[in-house]
Amino acid sequence: MDQDFKSRLIAAMADAIIAHAEELTALDSAIGDGDHGLNMKRGFEAVLADASNITAKPLPDALKAIGMTLVMKVGGASGPLYGTLAMGLGKALPTEPSVADAAGALGRAIEDVKARGKSEAGQKTMLDVLVPVQVAFAAGGEDIATRLPAVAAEAADATIPMKAVRGRASFLGERSIGHMDPGARSSSLLVQAICSVFDEA
Amino acid sequence: MGERKNVGIVIVSHSAKVAEGAADMVRQMVGDSVPLAAVGGNADGGLGTDVGAIMGAIGKAWSESGVAILVDLGGAETNSEMAIEMMPETQRDRIVICNAPLVEGAVMAATEASGGSPLAAVRATAEELMGG
Repeated sequence: MDQDFKSRLIAAMADAIIAHAEELTALDSAIGDGDHGLNMKRGFEAVLADASNITAKPLPDALKAIGMTLVMKVGGASGPLYGTLAMGLGKALPTEPSVADAAGALGRAIEDVKARGKSEAGQKTMLDVLVPVQVAFAAGGEDIATRLPAVAAEAADATIPMKAVRGRASFLGERSIGHMDPGARSSSLLVQAICSVFDEA
Repeated sequence: MGERKNVGIVIVSHSAKVAEGAADMVRQMVGDSVPLAAVGGNADGGLGTDVGAIMGAIGKAWSESGVAILVDLGGAETNSEMAIEMMPETQRDRIVICNAPLVEGAVMAATEASGGSPLAAVRATAEELMGG
């Protein structure tokens, strides 16, 4: 993967998060502490600011650097969760991954996120998007980069009727029902951003 | 070998004011007999927790006997776990997060630590509060 492609991936992810920061914060105000959009924006602005250093590294090291930046800059629980995801991908991916390598690495990185958040799919978190996306990705087939954004968007919608059992939203109990999980939404945005870059390639 | 240092206490809150206030209460109870650090807020000074700042607090309260961390809400726990993993390997196994309420847990843990108790006892005393 060349430096230009890595730059486009980082720009697409950062643009998606920055453009939707207010929406993410509004979702988090409904069921959390109202800082998800601002926190993620701060993290991805830091990644963007360091993009030329990050993209000069081989893919596994670039992912580890992104993860470390998110851990250090986000300032909320989503920092270690997304940081763990990126660092997990960095550990599991070879320098020039195949599609099968990428699906396998995503599966392993998701296991790291489950351990970090002590959470599983079905608990109204980012895992409710990441797990079905990984399943569809691993199943493969034609035009996977075109189809995955819809899988992610549907999975994020599916968190609306769920009751939160992890994180701040769990304090709301039944009142967490009826709102999309902000972490599911940010994961869906990132999947869409990444797929759009691969779709154009 | 010199005298063994007491277990250190780190207080992690989403709010710097809550962390400092809890630390004031601990100081009043145990004076300077335990190494103590309090940390709160994100990198911009808003509400939140910051992994780098938590690592700094662990370093400040470091004791060869170990460090017990008290946290308020979920993100403080996740970020503290991340901070522990990023500490030097030789220190990691002597840093624990107590499953206890922040203020009461910090005061109880510090009181136990001030008597020279080992890390496991400090943690157990703080966590007894959850047993009701």
